[in-house]
Amino acid sequence: MLDPDSGLSLTIARIVRRLQGSSLHSQLERQARVSLHKPEIKLESLKEDIKDFLKTSGWEKKLQNAVYSELNVFPSPCHPAAPPEHMKEPLAYMRKAQGSWEKRILKSLNSMCTELSIPLAQKRPASEQKELLNKWNEMGTDEPDLSLFRPVYAPKDFLEVLMNLRNPNYENGEQPSFRNHLGLIQVPLKVKDIPELKEDFSELGLNTGQLGIDDSAQVPPEFFENEHVRVGQKVLAEQDSAAAQQYVRQGCPTALRADLWALILNISNQPEDILYYEQLKSNVIQYDLLVDSLIYKDVKLTASNDDYYFVFEDYLYQVLLCFSRDTSVLEHFTYSSATPPKSYIRGKLGIEEYAVFYPPNVAPLCFLYHEPSKLYQIFREMYVRFFFRLHSISSHPSGIVSLCLLFETLLQTHLPQLFYHLREIGAQPLRISFKWMVRAFSGYLATDQLLLLWDRILGYNSLEILAVLAAAVFAFRAVNLMEVTSLAAAEAVLADLSTLKVMPLLQIFLFATVT
Amino acid sequence: MSGAAGPGRAPLPCAARAAAALQLPGGAEAARPGVAVIDLRFPRGGAADVHEIVFKNFYTAFLSVRVQRAGPPGPRRWVTCLRDHRLMPSPHTEEGSQDYFSLRHHQMLCDMEQVTALRFILRQPSPAWLHFSIEELQSPQKDFPSWLSQLTPPEQPASPHGELPDPEKVSTEVQQMWVLTEVIRARQAAARIGRFDVDGCYDVNLLSYT
Repeated sequence: MLDPDSGLSLTIARIVRRLQGSSLHSQLERQARVSLHKPEIKLESLKEDIKDFLKTSGWEKKLQNAVYSELNVFPSPCHPAAPPEHMKEPLAYMRKAQGSWEKRILKSLNSMCTELSIPLAQKRPASEQKELLNKWNEMGTDEPDLSLFRPVYAPKDFLEVLMNLRNPNYENGEQPSFRNHLGLIQVPLKVKDIPELKEDFSELGLNTGQLGIDDSAQVPPEFFENEHVRVGQKVLAEQDSAAAQQYVRQGCPTALRADLWALILNISNQPEDILYYEQLKSNVIQYDLLVDSLIYKDVKLTASNDDYYFVFEDYLYQVLLCFSRDTSVLEHFTYSSATPPKSYIRGKLGIEEYAVFYPPNVAPLCFLYHEPSKLYQIFREMYVRFFFRLHSISSHPSGIVSLCLLFETLLQTHLPQLFYHLREIGAQPLRISFKWMVRAFSGYLATDQLLLLWDRILGYNSLEILAVLAAAVFAFRAVNLMEVTSLAAAEAVLADLSTLKVMPLLQIFLFATVT
Repeated sequence: MSGAAGPGRAPLPCAARAAAALQLPGGAEAARPGVAVIDLRFPRGGAADVHEIVFKNFYTAFLSVRVQRAGPPGPRRWVTCLRDHRLMPSPHTEEGSQDYFSLRHHQMLCDMEQVTALRFILRQPSPAWLHFSIEELQSPQKDFPSWLSQLTPPEQPASPHGELPDPEKVSTEVQQMWVLTEVIRARQAAARIGRFDVDGCYDVNLLSYT
C-alpha cells in the first residue's frame, strides 16, 4: 500500500493531468484573461485577485466539482510497481475469468456474423443514410426482420459463470466446512455485515427524514418535505457537487431530480457536448453495426412491451445506438476488469469500440431528461461510474460478484430458516434475485420507486444498496416463501415487485429487524 | 525471487531461497503451520543500505522483518525492524491478498544501514489458503522521493553506460523540453474524436480473440 503523502501527490498529479487540456481548463483561462479588464484586479497582487475573482464568480466551485467527480470515478492510485492490469483487477484468477467470459462472447458474436453473413460493421450506402436521417426521431416504427438474431447472452449464463468462479489457492474441499459457502458464490470476498451497513447507510436510519417514507400523504409536509425541498433548491443554487451527493441520500424531490443528478455527475451540457452527441449521431447514420440489430431486438422485446417505458422507445434507440459508438467510454476500461474487443479492419488490428455490453438501463432516465444530448450524457456517465460493474467479473465491492455474495450472506445471517428452506427445495435465492441486481432493479420496480433507489446509488456512490434491497424483498415475503415447495413457486411469489415501496423495506431490514 | 527492475530500482543483489515453512521436529506428515520464512543474504558478505522494500503479496496476512547488520566481528544478532505488519485486513477474505506493498525506512523500528541479511517472517493464520508467500521482492538503491520516479513513464530506458554528459548542457536542454511539453500539453484536447476507419474503410468483419 502507498503511504498517505506519496499517495496524495500521485492523486494530485493524476487529476491535474486529466483536467489539463479539458474544456474546463480553457474556460478558466478565458475567464482569468477576461477578468484582467476589471478594475479590482491590481497588478501587484495579480494572482490573489484573480483567484478571488474566480471564487466569487463561481468558477472555483466548478473546478471543485470537476476534482470531486474525478476522485469519485477513478480508484485511488495503485502502487507504482503494480502493472496496469493490477489496477483494473488485483486478483489474477478474476482477470482470467473475465478474459474467458469475454472470449466466449466474442466467439458468439463472430459465429453470428459468419452464420448470418453480416459484417460486424460497414458503411451505409447513401440512400440508406438519408432514410435513417429522416426517421431518426421515430426509429420505433421500423420493423426490421430480427428473427435470426439471438441474444448474445442472458443473465442466467452470466450467473453460471459467476457460480463456477473459484480461487485456485482457496481450500475448496468436498467436505462441507466453514469454507464452503452455502450459497452459489464460492469466492471469499469481503462483504459488509449489517452493523457496517448501518453505519455506511446511516442517513437511511429511522431518525432521519426520507423521501419515499416521510412524504407520503399521511404525513403533513411541514414535518419534512417542505424543508427538504428548500434545502435542495439551495444546493442547486450553490452548484456544489459534494453537497448534492450528500443531499440525495435522503431522496430527491421529483422537480429537482434532473438538475441534481446532472450536478452530481458533473454534466454541464456545454455546446461542445451537444456537438459531440451530433457527431455520434452522424456516426450512427454513416456506419451500420451488427450490434445495432441486437439493440433493436432487445429494445423491442423489453421496453416496447413495458407499460411504463414503451413511450420512450424512440429515445432508447437514439441513446443506445450512439452509446455503442462512443469511444470515450473506452476510458473506463482502465479501472474496469473488462477489456474492449479488438477487431480486424482490412487485416490491420484496430481497437473496436465496446461492441458488447449487456443492454444497459436507459429507460428510467428517459423520465428525467427530454433532450437527447443531455439524456445521452447522463446515461453514459452513470454507465461508466456504476452500471458497467454489473456485468464484468471483478473483486470491487460494487462489482456483481460482491453484490451476489453480500446478498447471500445477508440472507443467510438474518433469515437462516428461509435460506435453508429455499436451498432444500432447490430454489437458491440468488437464482431469483440475480436478474434484479444485474439490471439495478430497472423493469421490476415502479418507476418512482426505482428513481428513489437510484438517488441512493448516486448519493452513496456504491451499488451495495441493490443487494440490501434484494435481501429486504426476501425478508418482506418470507412468510409466503416458507410455504413454497419448488423454484417455480418461489419465482411466482417474487414475480411482481411493482407494488413494493423501496425505502420502508430498506429501513426495516437495516434498522428495525431484531437480530 | 527478484522481479523486473523499474526506474531507479534494482533487484536485491543477493541469493534468496524460497519460503521455508516452519515445521515441528519429528512431525509425521507435513502440516500447514501458517508461518514461513524467507532469508535473503547479500553475496560474499557484502552489505548495503536498504531504504525501501517493495514486494507483491500472495495471501500473506502478517509480515515481520528482521535484519542482521554489519558490525563488530562476533556472533551477529538479528534485530526486528518490522513487527506483525498487517497486509490483509481480514485474513479469511481476499482483501489485500495480491496487492503490491512498499516498506519504507521510516516505518522500520531500527536503522537499515549496512544490512548484511534480511529475514521475512510470513504469517497466515487462516487455514483457508493453500499457499502463501511474497513475490517480486525489490529494493530501490537510490534514495530519491519515490513519487518522482512514478511520474516518469515506465518504459523509460536505463541511463546510458559510459561517461556522463555535461550537467549544464543537460539542464538547459531539459528546461527547454519542459517548456515545450507544457505548451503542448496546454494545447492538447482531452476529448477524443472517434475515428473508426483505416484508410477510409470501415468494414469490420471479425473480432479478434487476443
